[in-house]
Amino acid sequence: MDGGEGASCAEHASADMSDTMKIPDVSEKYPGKIGEIVLGKGDYIAGGSDGMPLLSFENTCKRRMMIAGEVVDDLTDYPELAASMFNGRQKDPVEWSLMWKSIGADMICLRLKGTDPDKGKTTEYASELVERIADATQLPVIVYGCGIPEVDDNLMKEISNSVKNRRLVLAKADEEGHKTISSAAIAGKHALIAFSNLDLNLAKQMNIVLTDFGVQRSDILMDPLMAPLGMGLDYSYSVNERIRLAALSGDKMLQIPMICDATGAWDVGDAVNDDDADLGDVVNRVTWWETMTAMAAMASGADIVIMRGPGAADMILGYADELRCD
Amino acid sequence: MPTAIEFFKLLPKTNCKDCGQPTCLAFAMLLANQKAKIDDCPHISKDSKDALEESSAPPIRTVVLGKGSEVRMGGETVLHRHERGFINPTAYAVTVSDKENIRNRIETIKKLRFERVGMVFETDMVSVRCDSGDPKVFRDAVVLVMELWEKPFALECCASVLESALSAASSRRPLIYHANTENFDDMVALSKKYSCPLVLRDPNMGSLAGLADKAKAMGVDDIVLDTGAANLKECVEKHTIARRAAIKKRFKQFGYPLMNRVGSGEYAVAIAAVSTMKYGSLVIFDDLKSYEALPLFTLRQNIYTDPQVPIQVKQGLYPIGEPNEHSPIFFTANFSLTYFTVRADIEKSKIPVWLQIVDTEGLSVLTAYSAGKFNPEHVAKALNDSGVLSKSDGIVVIPGLVARMSSKLRELLDREVIIGTTESRDIPKFLKNLKPPR
Repeated sequence: MDGGEGASCAEHASADMSDTMKIPDVSEKYPGKIGEIVLGKGDYIAGGSDGMPLLSFENTCKRRMMIAGEVVDDLTDYPELAASMFNGRQKDPVEWSLMWKSIGADMICLRLKGTDPDKGKTTEYASELVERIADATQLPVIVYGCGIPEVDDNLMKEISNSVKNRRLVLAKADEEGHKTISSAAIAGKHALIAFSNLDLNLAKQMNIVLTDFGVQRSDILMDPLMAPLGMGLDYSYSVNERIRLAALSGDKMLQIPMICDATGAWDVGDAVNDDDADLGDVVNRVTWWETMTAMAAMASGADIVIMRGPGAADMILGYADELRCD
Repeated sequence: MPTAIEFFKLLPKTNCKDCGQPTCLAFAMLLANQKAKIDDCPHISKDSKDALEESSAPPIRTVVLGKGSEVRMGGETVLHRHERGFINPTAYAVTVSDKENIRNRIETIKKLRFERVGMVFETDMVSVRCDSGDPKVFRDAVVLVMELWEKPFALECCASVLESALSAASSRRPLIYHANTENFDDMVALSKKYSCPLVLRDPNMGSLAGLADKAKAMGVDDIVLDTGAANLKECVEKHTIARRAAIKKRFKQFGYPLMNRVGSGEYAVAIAAVSTMKYGSLVIFDDLKSYEALPLFTLRQNIYTDPQVPIQVKQGLYPIGEPNEHSPIFFTANFSLTYFTVRADIEKSKIPVWLQIVDTEGLSVLTAYSAGKFNPEHVAKALNDSGVLSKSDGIVVIPGLVARMSSKLRELLDREVIIGTTESRDIPKFLKNLKPPR
């Protein structure tokens, strides 16, 4: 970060310019504070901010944003470009999770795509996989189902019953369904993701619905939908900022740690298209696409971000580490 | 913005009606609502006018670079985009050294150009940098750049070498980079003599404010501040401190656009991304690659969209892949998020589709349907107007959320109409199960 002055340009010192001015104090004291959520074996904690993101002069919480590495148990719909970045280790979800750990991920985000009845993986298989990943990595695990509500309800019940002594994050409770997954989370003492669709009021409503149902606030992570770069990121950026500002201003039902999924970056045509040489190298491009999505999430309030590409995860880890409020 | 009473205090209070209003108070109320201009009062004193103009100016001064083709920096009024939106998007500049082949360099920089959702992204500026230390070499370089580059530019040079080039370039209103504690008096003199905007750089915020104060007192109005941020953390924090001080505390010394001078490569792009989100008006790079530029330009587009207007896609036919005369025809609302999502999901299937976007005034499918802006007649007209029905005899797929319009639409179009998915994400599966075109 050089000023860019030509080396041969000799500066001649002029008048002494020691007059400095006092800068007004602009740090805010907010009445509210984001709650904390304990994950894994109690060794990981997210949340706790008492100021706006990235500002060490007002945010006394020295925690950096956590990174969850995405793992899927079925590669059918997983992008080949992403798969090619894991040296074959993506073929075994446990190996893949270990690779995430070596990259520096704080969590694993497991998507059990294979439990789709068309693919036929059983709930027993899924439960066992969750346990194996948790044991092998010793990292907290977020568990998503295949996306079919009835199947996922059953799956979450089963996983909650069989995976004992492990605190998982079950995903996700949303407007369409929250009772079964909430019961499963309560029964197994697991945490829960509360999903809402790009709307502060819906996010708050989900948190109210879940707590009314009996879920503790300290067991909820809220996911207000992180729209990726170029596909609505502006909405997410502002919804997140408004949520965080409202929470710090004292709205208890929004003082819940936020999780953002940056993997949507891989759905953006301009990020992954490989047929236009003018757009530049696709690996670097999609890596930036996901990194900038994650940076926007971090700057607007994310406490945890889910990442797909190892390069992007590595970059955001470095930036998050630098930008923790030390 | 001053209140009506604050305006009233500065008016002559003669009720002369020369402004077209019955009383000075009535005029003051129009001023407060931005429905009249101060100049409409022919009797206002110069002191009052200056005072009014100063208090009604945005907390961040608008600095304009270039002639003809301009870059506008600053003019901002809020700290968060959801409050009212940010005004003048971050500009990106790439460096041209006076020691390199300038024609080739400008050629390369011009190639950094993309089209995205009907918008063109290009490098906004170049920064001509004096590496030779030779006034004549630098002047020649600047003159050549002016011939090849129509858009605004910056001059990066020390005070002792700058003048010859600046005198040749001043009509194009370049940005002078930069004054600091060492060269302050000379740079300020040059900025004033040639009426060109000046960057002040100091890594210490207190002395940066001191420089701004002094430059303003010496008669330089168009100032840009470089906080000398050496890393991401400094960029976020210094920019936030400067912007909050200017907007919330009316600390005038920071009421100017902010900029960063970075190098090239990964970390430079990361700083640019942070600067784009956090109040940066200009980032000068040594170099920028296309795979860095496209995501960065897209980030800027996202951050600087007006949050009060739903972003819309133009009504029209959007072929995805290479659809043929039998390819299926999808249609949906023109809310941009709907369009992007549906488009991405169709692309995922790798099956070519004709996608018709129907003007719903930026509303999403269900909202538009409820508001009566997405009805069968409206859709049929869009499909007829775009000519897609003669381009393909494929089936028409209705968004699952508005399945209710299927029979009416079938009647209006006189062709096979089927109900698609409720969720966009199920489109790939739906398309794969669709029987292949005849």
